Amino acid sequence: MKLEGQVRIPSGCAIAAVISKDGNRMSGEMITNSMKPMHDRSNGLGGGFAGYGIYPEYKDFYALHFFFDDRATRKSCEFFLKERFEIVKSEMIPTRKLAAITDEPVIWRYFVAPLKSVLASLQLDEKEFVARTVMKINTEINGAYVFSSGKNMGTFKAVGFPEDVGVFYKLEEYEGYSWTAHGRYPTNTPGWWGGAHPFTLLDYSIVHNGEISSYDANRRFIEMFGYKCNLQTDTEVITYIMDYLIRVQGLTLEEAANVIAAPFWSTIASKDEAERQKLTYLRTVFSSLLVTGPFSIVLGFSGGLMALNDRLKLRSMVVGEKDDKVYIASEEATIRVMEPEAENIYAPAGGEPVIIKVKEGAF
Amino acid sequence: MKINACNYDYKKLNDIIRRSEENCEISGCCGQRFIAAGMSDKSITIDGVPGNALGAYLNGASITVNANAQDAVGDTMNEGEIIIHGNIGDAAGYAMRGGKIYVKGNAGYRAGIHMKQYEDKAPVMVIGGTAGSFLGEYQAGGVIVVLGLEANKQRIVGNFPCTGMHGGKMFLRGDCADIKFPRQVTARKAAAEDTEEIRKYVSEYCALFGYDTEDIMNAPFTVVTPDSKNPYKQMYVAN
Repeated sequence: MKLEGQVRIPSGCAIAAVISKDGNRMSGEMITNSMKPMHDRSNGLGGGFAGYGIYPEYKDFYALHFFFDDRATRKSCEFFLKERFEIVKSEMIPTRKLAAITDEPVIWRYFVAPLKSVLASLQLDEKEFVARTVMKINTEINGAYVFSSGKNMGTFKAVGFPEDVGVFYKLEEYEGYSWTAHGRYPTNTPGWWGGAHPFTLLDYSIVHNGEISSYDANRRFIEMFGYKCNLQTDTEVITYIMDYLIRVQGLTLEEAANVIAAPFWSTIASKDEAERQKLTYLRTVFSSLLVTGPFSIVLGFSGGLMALNDRLKLRSMVVGEKDDKVYIASEEATIRVMEPEAENIYAPAGGEPVIIKVKEGAF
Repeated sequence: MKINACNYDYKKLNDIIRRSEENCEISGCCGQRFIAAGMSDKSITIDGVPGNALGAYLNGASITVNANAQDAVGDTMNEGEIIIHGNIGDAAGYAMRGGKIYVKGNAGYRAGIHMKQYEDKAPVMVIGGTAGSFLGEYQAGGVIVVLGLEANKQRIVGNFPCTGMHGGKMFLRGDCADIKFPRQVTARKAAAEDTEEIRKYVSEYCALFGYDTEDIMNAPFTVVTPDSKNPYKQMYVAN
């Protein structure tokens, strides 16, 4: 059999997402099934989902999802965690045996709270401490990968087709107010469990269809601020960029979108004075965070989603709605699976962020 | 022949269409790709959303979609017609070299990219609503018409239309005062003889989607053509 790299499989990634603006919770079954019409966009080397609002009983704790190469790694990593966190629950993430999903690592989750004494001695706020700890584990502990680290949200990913990955993780047993999904067709990098999307840090998650030509420029810049890109996939850097711009720098979602998908100078020149100054400022200050090359992404965060295309719109993305729900996907067919009667189907322009938030207090 | 596509993947569905000796009515379509690719006969009607590359390399067949269509409709099509009673995604009519595409609503990015013509083969695309950026990018032949019906004062095309255009014609309904064209093309108010060229296509559009031809033609049009035979001289190399 020819391996990936020896044979070209023409395809392209697939993304999908759904959110209830009223905060109504949906099981993961719908988003799993929605990926079926886009089967041929992936090649079986990665599929994954992120659900928000899925752990209400542990909503005050960070849910750390791990891949471990073996049990011994888990034991030593747990020792490391206990020095830093109070672990309120530790369990295997439930999965079902499927012929389509093989070679699974040890898949585990911990619900944790950082130890107050550790935070005090390091003089760090909670989120910064958790982010740094995730970087440390992924960089320094061989065979251990944190692939989800937010509160009341979780990522589920594997090597396989997305519709199988959803069944593998029993997503029908989770209920969230928003879900994102990804089917992977890896281009330059290996198809491995940690390389499947979504990529997550704290409660930010990214699913991405595309190929970033600015990856190394972006990576060099973002690594100056303590992030480590070690998961061998370009999408990882977008997650860290969004965490840096939104959480660390305090930019709004629109401003962050204007950094990574900055308008052309000719487009900026046509704007009114105030808008022109703002866009010029963002492009100048964060010039190394301009993401070039084709992308369509969905950023998940607590209480919302943001969909964004590259400024040239080199990847497809459509948005539709029905009642309290908004649907986003690479193809309209996927939206029709989730909601046959979806209305106002439209394709946002390149660089035009679509931001949907759950109304205040509903999540 | 009636085909319920609900449980078919694209291979099975296309196989059934290809084997059919009569026209096909497809229901329950949901994302199956390559429908009618390369087909030279038959008329195919589709309920539901067809997948990408609908009618790619189409060679004379006729396709009607009673909903929106996705990306790359009529990719490299050679002959025939594709009628969409909704909107279409990106890159419609990519490298199209013959036949007609009629879209009731809006087109996404890069409609008519690298459309071309040769002798009696001249493709036509009529977009009833608005078109996204890069309309007619690298257009080398054929005719693209954008009517901007129900555009509600939005610009009828996005940014960078006609980039790299070096053949064919584009007709945009309106004066296009708010649209920036590249240096290498000429955009001018269409004269009566210019609009006569597209009357036939506009009246076909109106017959298909229930508009009045005179109402639509009775408006200023802008016609865009490349400047000369070699408008990009020395842009990249000494040529």
